[in-house]
Amino acid sequence: MNAILPSRGLPTRRGVLAGAAGFGLALELIAVPAVAADADLARRKVIVVICRGGMDGLSVAPPIGDPEYQGLRGALALNKTALPLDGTFGLHPALASVQALAQAGEARIVPAVATPDRARSHFEAQDVLETGAAGVYSASSGWLNRAVEALSAHRKVEALSVGATAPLILRGKVQTASWSPGRAVDAEARLPTLLQDLYRNDPLLGPALARGLATEVMAQSATADMAAKPTAMMGQPPPANTPQRVRQGREAARSLGLSLAGFMREPGGPQVAAISLDGFDSHANQAGLLNTRLAYMDAVLDGIRSGLGPEWKNTVVVVATEFGRTARINGTGGTDHGTASTALLLGGALKTGGIVGDWPTLRANALFENRDVAPTLDMRGLFKGVLAEHMGLDRAVLDKTVFPDSAAAKPVLGLV
Amino acid sequence: MTLADQDLKAAIAATRFGLGARPGEIAEARRDPHGFLRAQIRRDGADLPAGVATSSERLGEFREYQLEKRDARLQKAAMASGGDGKPADPDARDPVKVVGRMLRQDVGADFGARLQLAVTTGAGFRERWADFWANHFTVSATKAITGTVIGPYEAEAIRPNVFGRFTDLLGAVETHPAMLTYLDQVRSIGPNSRAAEYLKTGGNPRGVGRARLQRVANRSVGLNENLAREILELHTVGVNGGYSQADVTEFARAMTGLSVGGPRDPASETGTAVFRDPAHEPGERTVMGVRYRPGGKDQAGAILADLAAKPATATFVCTKIARHFVADEPSPALVARLEKAWTSSNGDLSRVAEALIAAPEAWAPTPAKFKTPYEFIVSSYRAAGAQPETFGKVAPILTALGQKPFSAPSPKGWPEDAQSWAAPDAIVKRMQFAQAFSAAAVRDRDPKALAADALGARLTPDTAKAVARAESRAEGFALLLMSPEFQRR
Repeated sequence: MNAILPSRGLPTRRGVLAGAAGFGLALELIAVPAVAADADLARRKVIVVICRGGMDGLSVAPPIGDPEYQGLRGALALNKTALPLDGTFGLHPALASVQALAQAGEARIVPAVATPDRARSHFEAQDVLETGAAGVYSASSGWLNRAVEALSAHRKVEALSVGATAPLILRGKVQTASWSPGRAVDAEARLPTLLQDLYRNDPLLGPALARGLATEVMAQSATADMAAKPTAMMGQPPPANTPQRVRQGREAARSLGLSLAGFMREPGGPQVAAISLDGFDSHANQAGLLNTRLAYMDAVLDGIRSGLGPEWKNTVVVVATEFGRTARINGTGGTDHGTASTALLLGGALKTGGIVGDWPTLRANALFENRDVAPTLDMRGLFKGVLAEHMGLDRAVLDKTVFPDSAAAKPVLGLV
Repeated sequence: MTLADQDLKAAIAATRFGLGARPGEIAEARRDPHGFLRAQIRRDGADLPAGVATSSERLGEFREYQLEKRDARLQKAAMASGGDGKPADPDARDPVKVVGRMLRQDVGADFGARLQLAVTTGAGFRERWADFWANHFTVSATKAITGTVIGPYEAEAIRPNVFGRFTDLLGAVETHPAMLTYLDQVRSIGPNSRAAEYLKTGGNPRGVGRARLQRVANRSVGLNENLAREILELHTVGVNGGYSQADVTEFARAMTGLSVGGPRDPASETGTAVFRDPAHEPGERTVMGVRYRPGGKDQAGAILADLAAKPATATFVCTKIARHFVADEPSPALVARLEKAWTSSNGDLSRVAEALIAAPEAWAPTPAKFKTPYEFIVSSYRAAGAQPETFGKVAPILTALGQKPFSAPSPKGWPEDAQSWAAPDAIVKRMQFAQAFSAAAVRDRDPKALAADALGARLTPDTAKAVARAESRAEGFALLLMSPEFQRR
């Protein structure tokens, strides 16, 4: 540990931060056997966007061509306002960037996907979504962390979560980075160095601080690039009468996406990332709530796409939620906890194609327990397909380690 | 008990059970650490933060604000369609914006009053106990209307009941306007109730205007099961408590009618919990195998009382208490002790608190709990013996650390485990806070003395050495705040 301290005098700004970066790197090199990596695979990137609260799939990609849809949804039906997608489905009017990507063959919908959990509890379902386990409480680490661990046996892989708290999906054995917008570290102070010494025997704080400081070094250039290269927004710009608050929210969301992309473009930056978006639990006044949340999500995705620039072609983004919502509108202009929802796949690495998985329809006898969209696809199969064909992970590792006891949930192949 | 044991217990009493030691607190606890904590248990509840308004005042103000906002919108639309086209002056004099800002300031002031109490109280255990229950029964400002009554909710429903019986606390919480708005109970209507019949047939239950009626009719009318589900899953028996989707729906039917007084109700009911008999789903209900006779609001009350008394509720809630106070994975022996106290006293929370203080597992020398951002900030202010800064300074810090005031991300409340809070970015941001706070707070005091006061026998030789070697007082104090033992409790 002391080896990273300059031999005399006070450490300099870059010195301390770079020292910390070196520390993080050294741990990686000890842990990971050096194996020559396939240069193409090494460029591949995967980003998981978790939408918490139970995002309503029937609003993300409303099945306006399904004869039952309008009747079930009443005032919430989007038949008149949905953006066109295909003969059956549209996209929510706030998802202009997603629609532009879909038209370019770089976005697809997965309209009836669910985790194995059926309890309709947010917290249980999020645990299952993020641990990748067959049931709740059967794993304490996240599947994306275990995927990084497995990939690290073959090549150097870094992972980053964006947000002030660490999402379960990236928690586990591998120390991953985390970042959220804020002030730059005052590196003139001696505190970072002194603390690293004080934390030398602390298994929680030592690695976390080292990794946090390393990420700060990267943030300086990752976010500087972003400011230097303003990029055009996909899709329709928001109408001129959009309130300032909404406009600012959209800009903040887009810059979050741009920052995440900035990290992923840095040399030695992460190839794997996760970001959580909250607030999708729409029991009441769903129309207004989802307008805001989906516009935010659309802006984050647009930021990621434009920030990645030439790297977009090496990227797959998966947007998923813990469960969908009831097919029928409830008594308070919203919907209650349901089962299957819509996932989104985006990225320049995707093959063009229609919907992923089957559409069960909304016919009364097709609904799950007479209330929810019935799942036609296991969420783990979707994740496994992306990890297998895009990131090059072995099927056996996927079936046993990354998603324990999941051999029956076959990977969705042919996505990339 | 040896003298060394006594010293360590005093430090644990102030930092693990309490909110962190203020200068002199560990010395005060040293004579009798158990007695120091037991004396903080008070039948009539936790302390009330200063100057918090009532729920009905706040909800009345919020209602007026919404009406003004709507009027302003209509006015603007009218101007745009035929007027001179000049938009309303968007600056600070806009009365609607002024009221909106005042409402936000009220919420900020409520949190500030709570912070003030947490930082200055001599009864840190009592305040932590209240915090635990406020988080167990989370309501959140992620819903604007709920935000205006979180301070009042804690003062009216939580704090008076935290050392009483669980069933009374549960009853107070689930019928409080903050919970009713937060979990969407307010407009849940029995599908076969008289109110639903009126609305379906275009009738008019209380002389409502035609336009409003049309709006109501455009919405479908019926159940909202959010509150019923979260009571079962998060407040009482827990997700493995043995209930089904049918139980959730039946419970939701039983709760219909429970609402909050609005503009059409008598003025005395504005912003208070009301029971609208016409909206109540008629008939018998069966929840978790028990049949409940038809009976208006007593029906839901009977279900709540039965849920409070279930063994699964004792297990679920006692596990959460042990997790909050002692370890992310608490020992089964500790949970069993708490459950025993709960069961033998019919859920008397004073007895459960006493059992926690008496449990040897709760005094394990190694601190197993990593502080949440709120705990870290409060204990930092306490260690400095400082009066809290204005809310305006603390709120952005808590937000950056991931714990925006009064804004838990979901009804589950804030997470309690180290893995959620010790992400790399969070540690860097804690360090930045410690740097800035120390520079302002330490003044001419000796950080070595502050460290001894803050941690007592929990201060490790490594940290003591680092603090002593610091090149400035501020650096020394920042090292204390960021030390492994101060970050934990």
